[in-house]
Amino acid sequence: MYVAVKGGERAIDNAHAWLAEERRGDASVDELSVPQIREQLKLAVNRVMAEGSLYDPDLAALAIKQARGDLIEAIFLIRAYRTTLPRFGGSVPIETEAMACDRRVSATFKDAPGGQMLGPTFDYTHRLLDFKLAAEGDVPAAEEAEARDAQTPHIMSFLDREGLIQPETDSDTTPPDLTRTPLELPATRDLRLQSLTRGDEGFILGMAYSTQRGYARNHAFVAELRIGVVPVEMDIPELGFAIEIGEIEVTECETVNQFQGSKTQPPQFTRGYGLVFGMSERKAISMALVDRALRWKELGEDNLGAPAQDEEFVLYHADNIQATGFLEHIKLPHYVDFQSELELIRKLRREAQANTAPQTDTSDASGGSLSGKMKEAAE
Amino acid sequence: MQADALSGGFANAPIDAAHAFRHIMQVMAQPGRIETVTGGTPPAPLSQAAGIVLLTLCDPETPVFLAPSRDTQAVRDWITFHTGAPFSGAAEAAFAVGTWDELSGLPFPIGTAEYPDRSTTLIVECDALSNTGATLRGPGIKDSATLSLPETAAFQANAKLFPLGLDHFLTAGDQVAALPRTTKVS
Amino acid sequence: MTDYNFAYLDEQTKRMIRRAILKGLAIPGYQVPFASREMPMPYGWGTGGVQVSAAVLMPEDTFKVIDQGADDTTNAVSIRRFFQKTAGVAVTEATAKASVIQTRHRIPEEDLREDQILVYQVPIPEPLRFLEPSEVETRKMHSLEEYGLMHVKLYEDISQHGAIATAYAYPVKVEGRYVMDPSPIPKFDNPKLEMAAIQLFGAGREQRIYAVPPYSKVVSLDFEDFPFEASKADHPCDLCGATDSYLDELIVDDDGGRLFMCSDTDYCQGRRAAGHVGAQGVPIEEDAA
Repeated sequence: MYVAVKGGERAIDNAHAWLAEERRGDASVDELSVPQIREQLKLAVNRVMAEGSLYDPDLAALAIKQARGDLIEAIFLIRAYRTTLPRFGGSVPIETEAMACDRRVSATFKDAPGGQMLGPTFDYTHRLLDFKLAAEGDVPAAEEAEARDAQTPHIMSFLDREGLIQPETDSDTTPPDLTRTPLELPATRDLRLQSLTRGDEGFILGMAYSTQRGYARNHAFVAELRIGVVPVEMDIPELGFAIEIGEIEVTECETVNQFQGSKTQPPQFTRGYGLVFGMSERKAISMALVDRALRWKELGEDNLGAPAQDEEFVLYHADNIQATGFLEHIKLPHYVDFQSELELIRKLRREAQANTAPQTDTSDASGGSLSGKMKEAAE
Repeated sequence: MQADALSGGFANAPIDAAHAFRHIMQVMAQPGRIETVTGGTPPAPLSQAAGIVLLTLCDPETPVFLAPSRDTQAVRDWITFHTGAPFSGAAEAAFAVGTWDELSGLPFPIGTAEYPDRSTTLIVECDALSNTGATLRGPGIKDSATLSLPETAAFQANAKLFPLGLDHFLTAGDQVAALPRTTKVS
Repeated sequence: MTDYNFAYLDEQTKRMIRRAILKGLAIPGYQVPFASREMPMPYGWGTGGVQVSAAVLMPEDTFKVIDQGADDTTNAVSIRRFFQKTAGVAVTEATAKASVIQTRHRIPEEDLREDQILVYQVPIPEPLRFLEPSEVETRKMHSLEEYGLMHVKLYEDISQHGAIATAYAYPVKVEGRYVMDPSPIPKFDNPKLEMAAIQLFGAGREQRIYAVPPYSKVVSLDFEDFPFEASKADHPCDLCGATDSYLDELIVDDDGGRLFMCSDTDYCQGRRAAGHVGAQGVPIEEDAA
């Protein structure tokens, strides 16, 4: 006698109650506040904003708290929230030249107008665990300098003046929106950049690294990496001009890559570009390398069959929310499919064994006992 | 813009559109089936059914072609206010509204081999709709169905383009029926 | 959930999905690209089906959700609750009472009617994907009606195993034109694809919607000498005794003893309520007690 198992609803409710308890952890330890996460885990917040495609540090911090520090889960929460937001319009393109830079380095020129500025970087820290942090001490204030009033020109603009770098012309077209129109291939560069900036940091990093190791190597130098705050403006039709609606922090990376040229055209350096929400330097550099690798066709290069050159491969697999959902769905019930394969494999084995009937005794033991069991159950 | 352009839309858009779409989907899934749709009142000479199909399916992403008989300022204002759909020529239209005489033979897109869905959906304004006249066969039809069509030859030619081709709604008053490219007319 | 629109999606998104559904119905079996939205549930967990359901549901509908044929599977429970909350629809486990049924991996045993809509959750909509990973290439193959690769694959199965080794997501040809993935239903369900209800297929992650109108011709691919066979476990249901239903196989003791029961829990329940009892079943009153 068998009574069918039921209780899906109750199981879900109980699991979620337990999850809430685990999220809080040991109740004798102080609870984390959203402002604490926003201020003290800022790089995690930045990643969630970048890959969640929503610039809101408070919501990102809340998502990190709710996701128990699982950043992909936090990105998922942000994405799902973002879809429901009404759209009032698009901003005008941000001007990174007008950035108030917190950090600005160039690997191609020792000095340039605006100078080199390390900013708050992990670079040159010795990676030694700082046990003082465990004691939660106050931090002495860092030295301050006068803020720079003038715009900081892009390093690329100096190469541009000399005609050494392949030019990029402004276009007034509105880029397509990956979240509102289905991806269609071949994709335009603006769409590829959009996909890369939302893409999983680890995936983009791995792809970029593969180009450095020889899979479509493109000899990148970081012409400039700048991090800071830029104003965001929006055209207001009623006013007839754009007004500033806020500021966002972004990281921009421009790479200068080996040149192209031909008998008729003198050689020129080429570019890769990365732009990411927040202080997300690893991501911005990775993005620029992958962007450059994906441009092989327009720059007249050979398709070397490298993964980072394969637009379809990169764009279809960069999104960690798509990837994690599909990957994890294989833990959902598949009884029906598995059952259909069970039937099939049993049938095929029966037929194979019937064909080799005299040797059935020497067949492997586990298979033999399984089909024996099945026969019993079937009787 | 006339003040009456502001009225005649869905009073409760999410619910009215859900009701209207169910009927619209049923007629497209079952060619020959005639359904009554309510919830919107467009300005004349647009029929109620044609107006509701536009309200249900059109927005700024869908260029609409208006044939001369439907191309009045009142109709334009109403569509603009309630859907935000831009107006276009036949060759760019996602939807087109007019009588059969006006629409027949215009250069509407019929889709491409790789994207046969990128074809215009015509909203053909009729005097009346009934289950008489042409015999219909094909997907969505159990054996055969009948529907009052303005003609047969053009629909036969359209079906021969499959998987490319135009899809049609037929509207009269508050009634709507459909004739997708898959339907064989005789 | 007053913060969200009826059936969760905003109206513009629903219009975009509705347009895709209509084109899907007009071109049976063709995969219409649509701008799938990010849903509050993971990709691969029914986001395509959920978006299609959200675009077709009316407040008066009675909604049923099954996963593996069962209403009580956790993901089915989760999706049913989602629409109870966001659309306020009535829900049911009874196939006959449902106006819209969302399913993962099964077609109900009971015949569906013209006034019903069956919405499938689809993981990989492209039937050629495992033969050709590139979307650019498979789109070309569909446009040229170039399905030789699929037949080669099925034929290789036969030469290797003596039978076609595809047991679920068995490819079909719709109305003599498009080869279509019927979603991972067991091939036992394939003959039911020719039905009176509207069938809509939603693949969220892959951004595709496709459809089969009522009474459309849906043919499972096969060969003259190896005809398609809709198979199931050669066993009656141990709970209700049905011999015509698709069965789940359960391991019921430490020795690996097996029990077979209907995967369609509503069908099984209905038969038991009508007095049918299988070899290991009990009359329904005892079970309830």
